[in-house]
Amino acid sequence: MMILNASGCLDALTAPAVARSLDAFVTKTVTPLPREGNPPPRIAEVEQGMLNSIGLANPGIDRFLSQTLPRLGELGVPVWVSVGGFTVADYADLCDRLDDRPEVEAIELNVSCPNVDDVPGSVGEIVAAARAATRKPLYTKLSPATADIAEVALAAQRAGTDGLSLVNTILGLALDNHTLKPRLSRGAGGLSGAALKPIALAAVYACYAATGLPIVGMGGIASGRDAIEIVAAGAASVALGTILFSDPDAPGRIRAELASEMAALAVGEADNVIGLAHAKTTAASETAAAAAALSVQ
Amino acid sequence: MRPERARVTGGEQIGPYTLLRVARGGIEPGIPGQFFMLEAPGRPLPRPMSLCLAPPGELEFLIDPIGPGTRALCALQPGDELAILGPLGNGFRLDVERPLLVGGGIGTAPLPYLSEALGSPPAILGFRTARHAEAARLVPNAEVVLEPTYVTEAMPPGHDVLACGPEPMLAAVAQLEPAAQLAWEAAMACGYGACYGCAVEVDGELKRLCVEGPVLAAEAVAA
Repeated sequence: MMILNASGCLDALTAPAVARSLDAFVTKTVTPLPREGNPPPRIAEVEQGMLNSIGLANPGIDRFLSQTLPRLGELGVPVWVSVGGFTVADYADLCDRLDDRPEVEAIELNVSCPNVDDVPGSVGEIVAAARAATRKPLYTKLSPATADIAEVALAAQRAGTDGLSLVNTILGLALDNHTLKPRLSRGAGGLSGAALKPIALAAVYACYAATGLPIVGMGGIASGRDAIEIVAAGAASVALGTILFSDPDAPGRIRAELASEMAALAVGEADNVIGLAHAKTTAASETAAAAAALSVQ
Repeated sequence: MRPERARVTGGEQIGPYTLLRVARGGIEPGIPGQFFMLEAPGRPLPRPMSLCLAPPGELEFLIDPIGPGTRALCALQPGDELAILGPLGNGFRLDVERPLLVGGGIGTAPLPYLSEALGSPPAILGFRTARHAEAARLVPNAEVVLEPTYVTEAMPPGHDVLACGPEPMLAAVAQLEPAAQLAWEAAMACGYGACYGCAVEVDGELKRLCVEGPVLAAEAVAA
Protein backbone atom coordinates (compact mmCIF):
# COMPACT_ATOMS: atom_id res chain seq x y z
CA MET A 1 0.00 0.00 0.00
CA MET A 2 1.42 3.37 -1.02
CA ILE A 3 1.03 6.76 0.61
CA LEU A 4 0.90 9.64 -1.88
CA ASN A 5 -0.05 13.30 -1.69
CA ALA A 6 -3.27 14.55 -3.22
CA SER A 7 -2.59 16.67 -6.31
CA GLY A 8 -2.20 20.35 -5.46
CA CYS A 9 -1.44 19.73 -1.80
CA LEU A 10 2.36 19.72 -1.94
CA ASP A 11 5.13 21.39 -3.93
CA ALA A 12 7.96 18.86 -4.01
CA LEU A 13 10.46 21.51 -5.09
CA THR A 14 9.84 23.81 -2.11
CA ALA A 15 9.45 20.90 0.36
CA PRO A 16 11.62 18.04 -0.99
CA ALA A 17 11.90 16.32 2.39
CA VAL A 18 8.12 16.00 2.59
CA ALA A 19 7.99 14.65 -0.97
CA ARG A 20 10.65 12.07 -0.15
CA SER A 21 8.56 10.82 2.77
CA LEU A 22 5.91 9.70 0.24
CA ASP A 23 5.89 6.55 -1.90
CA ALA A 24 5.07 8.71 -4.93
CA PHE A 25 4.67 12.45 -5.50
CA VAL A 26 1.66 13.70 -7.46
CA THR A 27 2.15 17.08 -9.16
CA LYS A 28 -0.22 19.99 -9.11
CA THR A 29 -2.42 19.73 -12.21
CA VAL A 30 -0.62 20.80 -15.39
CA THR A 31 -2.69 22.43 -18.15
CA PRO A 32 -1.80 23.15 -21.80
CA LEU A 33 -1.16 26.86 -21.15
CA PRO A 34 0.17 28.63 -18.04
CA ARG A 35 -2.50 29.66 -15.54
CA GLU A 36 -2.13 32.27 -12.84
CA GLY A 37 -5.03 30.84 -10.90
CA ASN A 38 -7.85 32.68 -9.19
CA PRO A 39 -7.40 36.00 -7.39
CA PRO A 40 -7.05 35.89 -3.58
CA PRO A 41 -8.54 35.15 -1.13
CA ARG A 42 -8.27 31.54 -2.24
CA ILE A 43 -8.70 29.60 0.99
CA ALA A 44 -10.99 29.66 4.00
CA GLU A 45 -11.24 27.48 7.07
CA VAL A 46 -14.71 26.05 7.70
CA GLU A 47 -16.18 23.66 10.24
CA GLN A 48 -14.33 20.35 9.89
CA GLY A 49 -12.25 21.40 6.93
CA MET A 50 -11.35 24.09 4.45
CA LEU A 51 -12.39 25.56 1.13
CA ASN A 52 -9.93 26.29 -1.64
CA SER A 53 -10.28 28.03 -4.93
CA ILE A 54 -6.78 28.06 -6.37
CA GLY A 55 -7.93 27.63 -9.97
CA LEU A 56 -5.25 25.29 -11.33
CA ALA A 57 -2.36 27.75 -11.04
CA ASN A 58 0.51 26.11 -12.95
CA PRO A 59 3.32 26.94 -15.39
CA GLY A 60 1.71 25.17 -18.39
CA ILE A 61 2.99 22.01 -20.07
CA ASP A 62 5.90 23.64 -21.97
CA ARG A 63 7.59 25.09 -18.91
CA PHE A 64 6.61 22.06 -16.83
CA LEU A 65 8.43 19.73 -19.24
CA SER A 66 11.50 21.92 -19.68
CA GLN A 67 11.96 23.24 -16.14
CA THR A 68 9.87 21.48 -13.49
CA LEU A 69 9.91 17.82 -14.52
CA PRO A 70 13.72 17.45 -14.77
CA ARG A 71 14.06 18.80 -11.23
CA LEU A 72 11.28 16.50 -9.96
CA GLY A 73 13.09 13.59 -11.58
CA GLU A 74 16.14 14.29 -9.43
CA LEU A 75 14.20 13.93 -6.15
CA GLY A 76 14.39 10.17 -6.12
CA VAL A 77 10.63 9.77 -5.66
CA PRO A 78 8.34 8.30 -8.33
CA VAL A 79 6.47 11.16 -10.01
CA TRP A 80 2.83 11.05 -11.02
CA VAL A 81 1.81 13.96 -13.23
CA SER A 82 -1.71 15.30 -12.87
CA VAL A 83 -3.05 16.78 -16.10
CA GLY A 84 -6.13 18.88 -16.79
CA GLY A 85 -7.57 20.28 -19.99
CA PHE A 86 -10.58 22.04 -21.40
CA THR A 87 -11.18 19.79 -24.39
CA VAL A 88 -10.74 16.06 -25.02
CA ALA A 89 -7.87 16.91 -27.37
CA ASP A 90 -6.09 18.79 -24.55
CA TYR A 91 -5.89 15.59 -22.48
CA ALA A 92 -4.64 13.57 -25.45
CA ASP A 93 -1.97 16.15 -26.22
CA LEU A 94 -0.80 16.41 -22.59
CA CYS A 95 -0.54 12.61 -22.28
CA ASP A 96 1.25 12.38 -25.62
CA ARG A 97 3.88 14.87 -24.47
CA LEU A 98 4.43 13.02 -21.18
CA ASP A 99 4.52 9.57 -22.78
CA ASP A 100 8.24 9.43 -23.57
CA ARG A 101 9.43 11.13 -20.39
CA PRO A 102 11.23 8.62 -18.16
CA GLU A 103 10.67 10.79 -15.06
CA VAL A 104 6.92 10.08 -15.24
CA GLU A 105 5.71 6.99 -13.42
CA ALA A 106 2.00 7.53 -13.98
CA ILE A 107 -0.49 10.12 -15.21
CA GLU A 108 -3.52 11.26 -13.28
CA LEU A 109 -6.35 12.66 -15.38
CA ASN A 110 -7.98 15.48 -13.44
CA VAL A 111 -11.46 15.51 -14.92
CA SER A 112 -13.00 16.98 -11.81
CA CYS A 113 -11.55 20.33 -10.71
CA PRO A 114 -14.41 22.26 -9.07
CA ASN A 115 -12.65 25.62 -9.45
CA VAL A 116 -12.65 26.22 -13.18
CA ASP A 117 -15.58 27.19 -15.36
CA ASP A 118 -14.85 25.33 -18.57
CA VAL A 119 -16.31 21.85 -18.34
CA PRO A 120 -14.43 19.23 -20.35
CA GLY A 121 -16.09 16.49 -22.35
CA SER A 122 -17.38 13.23 -20.96
CA VAL A 123 -15.06 11.18 -18.79
CA GLY A 124 -15.20 8.22 -21.17
CA GLU A 125 -14.10 10.31 -24.15
CA ILE A 126 -11.26 11.92 -22.21
CA VAL A 127 -9.93 8.59 -20.92
CA ALA A 128 -10.17 6.97 -24.36
CA ALA A 129 -8.24 9.83 -25.95
CA ALA A 130 -5.61 9.77 -23.18
CA ARG A 131 -5.35 5.98 -23.45
CA ALA A 132 -4.61 6.23 -27.16
CA ALA A 133 -1.89 8.80 -26.47
CA THR A 134 0.18 7.06 -23.79
CA ARG A 135 1.32 3.72 -22.47
CA LYS A 136 1.88 5.16 -18.98
CA PRO A 137 -0.46 3.97 -16.24
CA LEU A 138 -3.55 6.21 -16.19
CA TYR A 139 -5.43 7.11 -13.04
CA THR A 140 -8.68 9.01 -13.51
CA LYS A 141 -9.60 11.42 -10.72
CA LEU A 142 -13.33 11.72 -10.25
CA SER A 143 -15.60 14.16 -8.50
CA PRO A 144 -18.01 12.85 -5.87
CA ALA A 145 -20.50 15.51 -6.99
CA THR A 146 -22.41 13.23 -9.32
CA ALA A 147 -25.57 11.17 -9.02
CA ASP A 148 -23.85 7.82 -9.58
CA ILE A 149 -20.07 7.84 -9.33
CA ALA A 150 -19.88 4.10 -10.03
CA GLU A 151 -21.35 4.75 -13.50
CA VAL A 152 -18.65 7.33 -14.20
CA ALA A 153 -16.00 4.92 -12.91
CA LEU A 154 -17.31 2.17 -15.19
CA ALA A 155 -17.15 4.55 -18.16
CA ALA A 156 -13.52 5.32 -17.30
CA GLN A 157 -12.81 1.60 -16.98
CA ARG A 158 -14.36 0.80 -20.36
CA ALA A 159 -12.25 3.56 -21.91
CA GLY A 160 -9.07 2.02 -20.54
CA THR A 161 -8.13 3.69 -17.27
CA ASP A 162 -5.74 1.64 -15.13
CA GLY A 163 -7.02 3.01 -11.85
CA LEU A 164 -9.10 5.65 -10.11
CA SER A 165 -8.22 8.54 -7.82
CA LEU A 166 -11.12 9.17 -5.45
CA VAL A 167 -12.14 11.81 -4.61
CA ASN A 168 -11.63 15.41 -5.67
CA THR A 169 -13.09 18.17 -3.51
CA ILE A 170 -16.77 19.07 -3.59
CA LEU A 171 -18.07 22.65 -3.91
CA GLY A 172 -18.82 24.52 -0.72
CA LEU A 173 -19.47 28.12 0.25
CA ALA A 174 -18.40 30.12 3.30
CA LEU A 175 -19.70 33.59 4.14
CA ASP A 176 -17.94 36.38 5.99
CA ASN A 177 -19.10 36.89 9.59
CA HIS A 178 -19.78 40.59 9.17
CA THR A 179 -20.56 41.23 5.51
CA LEU A 180 -22.29 37.90 4.72
CA LYS A 181 -20.44 37.95 1.40
CA PRO A 182 -18.46 34.92 0.13
CA ARG A 183 -15.06 34.65 1.80
CA LEU A 184 -13.38 33.40 -1.38
CA SER A 185 -12.96 35.79 -4.29
CA ARG A 186 -14.57 33.31 -6.65
CA GLY A 187 -17.51 32.59 -4.36
CA ALA A 188 -17.58 28.85 -3.80
CA GLY A 189 -14.53 26.58 -3.47
CA GLY A 190 -13.56 22.95 -3.06
CA LEU A 191 -14.33 21.49 0.37
CA SER A 192 -11.65 19.21 1.82
CA GLY A 193 -10.57 17.88 5.19
CA ALA A 194 -12.49 15.82 7.73
CA ALA A 195 -15.89 16.81 6.27
CA LEU A 196 -14.98 15.07 3.00
CA LYS A 197 -14.08 11.69 4.54
CA PRO A 198 -17.51 9.99 4.60
CA ILE A 199 -18.11 11.18 1.03
CA ALA A 200 -14.75 9.74 -0.06
CA LEU A 201 -15.45 6.44 1.71
CA ALA A 202 -18.81 6.12 -0.05
CA ALA A 203 -17.24 6.86 -3.45
CA VAL A 204 -14.41 4.37 -2.94
CA TYR A 205 -16.84 1.75 -1.66
CA ALA A 206 -19.13 2.13 -4.68
CA CYS A 207 -16.36 2.27 -7.30
CA TYR A 208 -14.47 -0.70 -5.86
CA ALA A 209 -17.62 -2.79 -5.97
CA ALA A 210 -18.44 -1.67 -9.51
CA THR A 211 -15.01 -1.86 -11.15
CA GLY A 212 -12.48 -3.71 -8.99
CA LEU A 213 -9.89 -1.21 -10.29
CA PRO A 214 -6.95 -0.11 -8.12
CA ILE A 215 -8.05 3.02 -6.27
CA VAL A 216 -6.02 5.82 -4.69
CA GLY A 217 -8.32 6.87 -1.85
CA MET A 218 -8.29 10.43 -0.54
CA GLY A 219 -10.52 12.90 1.24
CA GLY A 220 -10.02 13.82 4.88
CA ILE A 221 -7.39 11.17 5.59
CA ALA A 222 -5.54 12.47 8.67
CA SER A 223 -4.66 9.40 10.74
CA GLY A 224 -3.77 5.74 10.45
CA ARG A 225 -7.34 4.93 11.39
CA ASP A 226 -8.67 7.05 8.52
CA ALA A 227 -6.23 5.34 6.16
CA ILE A 228 -7.27 1.84 7.15
CA GLU A 229 -10.94 2.76 6.74
CA ILE A 230 -10.55 3.99 3.18
CA VAL A 231 -8.47 0.90 2.35
CA ALA A 232 -11.18 -1.31 3.81
CA ALA A 233 -13.69 0.54 1.61
CA GLY A 234 -11.60 -0.51 -1.39
CA ALA A 235 -8.58 1.77 -1.84
CA ALA A 236 -5.27 0.10 -2.69
CA SER A 237 -3.32 3.28 -1.85
CA VAL A 238 -3.96 6.41 0.16
CA ALA A 239 -3.33 10.06 -0.67
CA LEU A 240 -3.00 12.89 1.84
CA GLY A 241 -4.33 16.38 1.16
CA THR A 242 -5.42 18.93 3.71
CA ILE A 243 -3.56 17.20 6.57
CA LEU A 244 -0.27 18.04 4.83
CA PHE A 245 -1.02 21.75 5.36
CA SER A 246 -1.08 21.46 9.14
CA ASP A 247 1.30 18.51 9.46
CA PRO A 248 4.04 18.12 6.85
CA ASP A 249 5.20 15.10 8.86
CA ALA A 250 1.87 13.34 8.25
CA PRO A 251 3.17 10.67 5.81
CA GLY A 252 5.59 9.22 8.37
CA ARG A 253 3.17 9.59 11.24
CA ILE A 254 0.29 7.95 9.37
CA ARG A 255 2.54 5.10 8.22
CA ALA A 256 3.44 4.41 11.86
CA GLU A 257 -0.17 4.72 13.02
CA LEU A 258 -1.23 2.37 10.23
CA ALA A 259 1.24 -0.25 11.46
CA SER A 260 -0.28 -0.03 14.96
CA GLU A 261 -3.79 -0.29 13.55
CA MET A 262 -2.82 -3.36 11.51
CA ALA A 263 -1.27 -5.01 14.56
CA ALA A 264 -4.36 -4.29 16.66
CA LEU A 265 -6.64 -5.78 14.00
CA ALA A 266 -4.36 -8.80 13.52
CA VAL A 267 -4.95 -8.79 9.77
CA GLY A 268 -1.36 -9.10 8.60
CA GLU A 269 -0.34 -6.86 5.70
CA ALA A 270 -2.19 -3.70 4.70
CA ASP A 271 -3.05 -5.30 1.36
CA ASN A 272 -5.18 -7.84 3.24
CA VAL A 273 -7.45 -4.99 4.30
CA ILE A 274 -8.24 -3.78 0.76
CA GLY A 275 -11.99 -4.09 0.26
CA LEU A 276 -12.55 -5.74 3.64
CA ALA A 277 -15.67 -3.64 4.15
CA HIS A 278 -17.25 -5.58 1.28
CA ALA A 279 -16.62 -9.04 2.72
CA LYS A 280 -19.70 -10.98 3.71
CA THR A 281 -19.32 -11.85 7.37
CA THR A 282 -21.47 -13.97 9.66
CA ALA A 283 -22.27 -12.93 13.21
CA ALA A 284 -19.96 -15.70 14.42
CA SER A 285 -16.99 -14.55 12.35
CA GLU A 286 -17.54 -10.94 13.46
CA THR A 287 -17.44 -12.08 17.07
CA ALA A 288 -14.26 -14.04 16.40
CA ALA A 289 -12.66 -11.05 14.69
CA ALA A 290 -13.62 -8.75 17.53
CA ALA A 291 -12.21 -11.21 20.05
CA ALA A 292 -8.99 -11.44 18.06
CA ALA A 293 -8.76 -7.65 17.95
CA LEU A 294 -9.32 -7.38 21.68
CA SER A 295 -6.81 -10.08 22.53
CA VAL A 296 -3.95 -8.18 20.92
CA GLN A 297 -4.72 -4.82 22.51
CA MET B 1 9.73 19.17 8.51
CA ARG B 2 7.79 18.42 11.65
CA PRO B 3 5.58 20.78 13.70
CA GLU B 4 6.79 20.89 17.31
CA ARG B 5 4.46 20.49 20.26
CA ALA B 6 5.02 23.53 22.46
CA ARG B 7 3.55 24.48 25.82
CA VAL B 8 1.86 27.79 26.51
CA THR B 9 3.58 29.60 29.38
CA GLY B 10 1.25 32.58 29.59
CA GLY B 11 -0.87 35.15 27.87
CA GLU B 12 -1.40 38.84 28.32
CA GLN B 13 -4.24 41.03 27.14
CA ILE B 14 -2.94 44.11 25.32
CA GLY B 15 -5.89 46.17 24.17
CA PRO B 16 -7.95 43.87 21.90
CA TYR B 17 -4.91 41.68 21.24
CA THR B 18 -3.41 38.74 23.13
CA LEU B 19 0.34 38.36 23.62
CA LEU B 20 0.71 34.57 23.70
CA ARG B 21 3.84 33.20 25.37
CA VAL B 22 5.12 29.78 24.35
CA ALA B 23 8.02 27.71 25.72
CA ARG B 24 10.76 27.89 23.11
CA GLY B 25 12.25 24.40 23.57
CA GLY B 26 14.59 23.76 20.66
CA ILE B 27 12.77 26.09 18.25
CA GLU B 28 14.91 28.78 16.58
CA PRO B 29 13.33 32.25 16.70
CA GLY B 30 14.60 33.09 13.20
CA ILE B 31 14.97 36.51 11.58
CA PRO B 32 12.53 39.35 12.35
CA GLY B 33 9.67 39.23 9.83
CA GLN B 34 9.75 35.45 9.50
CA PHE B 35 6.66 33.65 10.73
CA PHE B 36 5.43 30.49 12.44
CA MET B 37 2.33 28.39 11.83
CA LEU B 38 0.45 28.04 15.12
CA GLU B 39 -2.37 25.55 15.56
CA ALA B 40 -4.61 25.27 18.60
CA PRO B 41 -5.79 21.73 19.38
CA GLY B 42 -8.85 20.63 17.42
CA ARG B 43 -8.60 23.23 14.65
CA PRO B 44 -8.49 22.07 11.00
CA LEU B 45 -5.71 24.52 10.04
CA PRO B 46 -2.85 26.44 11.64
CA ARG B 47 -2.50 30.25 11.45
CA PRO B 48 0.53 32.24 10.30
CA MET B 49 1.97 34.52 13.01
CA SER B 50 5.14 36.57 12.84
CA LEU B 51 7.32 36.43 15.91
CA CYS B 52 6.74 39.41 18.22
CA LEU B 53 9.47 38.88 20.82
CA ALA B 54 11.96 36.19 21.79
CA PRO B 55 12.89 36.56 25.47
CA PRO B 56 15.12 33.79 26.88
CA GLY B 57 13.38 30.42 26.73
CA GLU B 58 10.20 31.78 25.13
CA LEU B 59 8.58 32.85 21.90
CA GLU B 60 5.87 35.53 21.99
CA PHE B 61 3.15 36.14 19.43
CA LEU B 62 0.76 39.09 19.26
CA ILE B 63 -2.59 37.76 18.07
CA ASP B 64 -5.77 39.55 16.99
CA PRO B 65 -8.75 37.25 17.66
CA ILE B 66 -10.63 37.85 14.43
CA GLY B 67 -11.83 34.33 13.56
CA PRO B 68 -12.19 30.81 14.99
CA GLY B 69 -8.52 29.87 14.55
CA THR B 70 -7.10 33.00 16.17
CA ARG B 71 -9.77 32.98 18.90
CA ALA B 72 -8.76 29.40 19.78
CA LEU B 73 -5.12 30.50 20.03
CA CYS B 74 -6.02 33.47 22.26
CA ALA B 75 -8.06 31.19 24.54
CA LEU B 76 -5.10 28.89 25.28
CA GLN B 77 -4.14 28.70 28.95
CA PRO B 78 -0.75 28.16 30.60
CA GLY B 79 0.11 24.48 30.30
CA ASP B 80 -1.95 23.96 27.11
CA GLU B 81 -0.13 22.56 24.10
CA LEU B 82 -0.15 23.91 20.57
CA ALA B 83 1.53 22.84 17.33
CA ILE B 84 4.17 25.20 15.99
CA LEU B 85 6.08 25.06 12.69
CA GLY B 86 8.81 27.51 11.76
CA PRO B 87 10.50 29.88 11.37
CA LEU B 88 9.20 30.16 7.79
CA GLY B 89 9.54 32.60 4.89
CA ASN B 90 11.91 35.49 4.31
CA GLY B 91 12.36 38.13 7.02
CA PHE B 92 13.59 41.72 6.92
CA ARG B 93 17.06 42.61 5.64
CA LEU B 94 18.83 44.14 8.63
CA ASP B 95 21.64 45.86 6.68
CA VAL B 96 19.96 49.29 6.81
CA GLU B 97 21.62 52.56 7.79
CA ARG B 98 18.74 54.77 8.99
CA PRO B 99 15.93 52.39 9.95
CA LEU B 100 12.39 53.63 10.53
CA LEU B 101 9.79 51.08 11.60
CA VAL B 102 6.23 51.69 10.41
CA GLY B 103 3.31 49.64 11.68
CA GLY B 104 -0.45 49.62 11.39
CA GLY B 105 -2.80 47.79 13.77
CA ILE B 106 -1.91 44.12 14.23
CA GLY B 107 0.94 44.81 11.79
CA THR B 108 2.75 45.97 14.91
CA ALA B 109 3.30 42.26 15.70
CA PRO B 110 6.78 41.72 14.13
CA LEU B 111 8.13 45.16 15.09
CA PRO B 112 9.19 44.57 18.73
CA TYR B 113 11.57 41.76 17.69
CA LEU B 114 12.72 43.82 14.69
CA SER B 115 13.31 46.85 16.93
CA GLU B 116 15.44 44.73 19.23
CA ALA B 117 17.56 43.49 16.30
CA LEU B 118 18.10 47.04 15.00
CA GLY B 119 18.87 48.71 18.35
CA SER B 120 15.52 50.41 19.02
CA PRO B 121 15.26 52.72 15.99
CA PRO B 122 12.41 55.27 15.74
CA ALA B 123 8.97 53.86 14.92
CA ILE B 124 5.63 55.23 13.76
CA LEU B 125 2.55 53.20 14.59
CA GLY B 126 -1.00 53.81 13.46
CA PHE B 127 -4.10 52.42 15.15
CA ARG B 128 -7.87 52.61 14.82
CA THR B 129 -8.49 53.43 18.49
CA ALA B 130 -6.61 54.24 21.70
CA ARG B 131 -7.43 50.72 22.88
CA HIS B 132 -5.69 49.15 19.87
CA ALA B 133 -2.78 51.57 20.46
CA GLU B 134 -1.98 49.85 23.77
CA ALA B 135 0.16 47.52 21.61
CA ALA B 136 2.53 50.46 21.00
CA ARG B 137 4.09 49.89 24.39
CA LEU B 138 5.82 46.78 22.94
CA VAL B 139 7.84 48.99 20.53
CA PRO B 140 10.46 51.37 21.97
CA ASN B 141 10.78 54.92 20.54
CA ALA B 142 7.34 54.72 18.94
CA GLU B 143 5.23 57.70 17.90
CA VAL B 144 1.55 56.80 17.77
CA VAL B 145 -1.05 58.20 15.39
CA LEU B 146 -4.76 57.40 15.58
CA GLU B 147 -7.29 57.42 12.75
CA PRO B 148 -8.12 59.64 10.94
CA THR B 149 -4.38 60.45 10.92
CA TYR B 150 -2.35 57.98 8.86
CA VAL B 151 1.23 56.81 9.42
CA THR B 152 2.22 58.21 6.03
CA GLU B 153 1.39 61.73 7.31
CA ALA B 154 3.90 61.27 10.14
CA MET B 155 6.74 59.56 8.26
CA PRO B 156 9.88 61.70 8.06
CA PRO B 157 11.79 61.41 4.76
CA GLY B 158 15.30 60.00 4.36
CA HIS B 159 14.90 56.72 6.22
CA ASP B 160 15.15 53.02 5.39
CA VAL B 161 11.55 52.07 6.02
CA LEU B 162 10.61 48.62 7.32
CA ALA B 163 6.83 48.31 7.52
CA CYS B 164 4.03 45.91 8.38
CA GLY B 165 0.33 46.65 8.32
CA PRO B 166 -2.88 46.43 6.31
CA GLU B 167 -2.63 46.43 2.52
CA PRO B 168 -3.77 50.05 1.94
CA MET B 169 -1.16 51.24 4.43
CA LEU B 170 1.61 49.24 2.74
CA ALA B 171 0.53 50.54 -0.66
CA ALA B 172 0.67 54.13 0.65
CA VAL B 173 4.09 53.54 2.25
CA ALA B 174 5.35 52.07 -1.05
CA GLN B 175 4.25 55.24 -2.87
CA LEU B 176 6.32 57.40 -0.51
CA GLU B 177 9.29 55.06 -0.12
CA PRO B 178 9.78 52.75 -3.13
CA ALA B 179 12.84 51.19 -1.44
CA ALA B 180 10.90 50.20 1.70
CA GLN B 181 10.77 46.63 2.93
CA LEU B 182 7.16 45.59 3.46
CA ALA B 183 5.83 42.61 5.42
CA TRP B 184 2.55 41.45 3.87
CA GLU B 185 -0.23 39.26 5.14
CA ALA B 186 -2.37 36.68 3.32
CA ALA B 187 -4.71 33.83 4.21
CA MET B 188 -2.48 30.77 4.27
CA ALA B 189 -3.19 27.09 5.00
CA CYS B 190 0.32 25.64 5.18
CA GLY B 191 3.10 28.26 5.33
CA TYR B 192 5.57 26.18 3.31
CA GLY B 193 4.49 26.49 -0.31
CA ALA B 194 2.10 23.54 -0.49
CA CYS B 195 -1.39 25.04 -0.59
CA TYR B 196 -1.01 27.93 -3.08
CA GLY B 197 -3.52 29.83 -0.97
CA CYS B 198 -1.44 32.92 -0.15
CA ALA B 199 -1.16 34.32 -3.67
CA VAL B 200 -0.10 37.96 -3.97
CA GLU B 201 0.88 39.94 -7.04
CA VAL B 202 4.68 40.25 -7.13
CA ASP B 203 6.42 41.72 -10.19
CA GLY B 204 3.12 41.48 -12.05
CA GLU B 205 2.56 37.79 -11.34
CA LEU B 206 0.60 35.96 -8.65
CA LYS B 207 3.15 34.30 -6.36
CA ARG B 208 3.07 32.51 -3.03
CA LEU B 209 3.66 34.96 -0.19
CA CYS B 210 5.00 32.23 2.11
CA VAL B 211 7.74 31.37 -0.40
CA GLU B 212 8.56 34.81 -1.85
CA GLY B 213 7.84 36.81 1.33
CA PRO B 214 6.26 37.72 3.65
CA VAL B 215 8.78 40.58 3.49
CA LEU B 216 8.98 41.99 -0.05
CA ALA B 217 10.66 45.01 -1.59
CA ALA B 218 8.08 47.77 -2.12
CA GLU B 219 8.93 48.13 -5.82
CA ALA B 220 8.21 44.41 -6.43
CA VAL B 221 4.59 44.65 -5.35
CA ALA B 222 1.81 46.26 -7.32
CA ALA B 223 0.47 49.17 -5.32
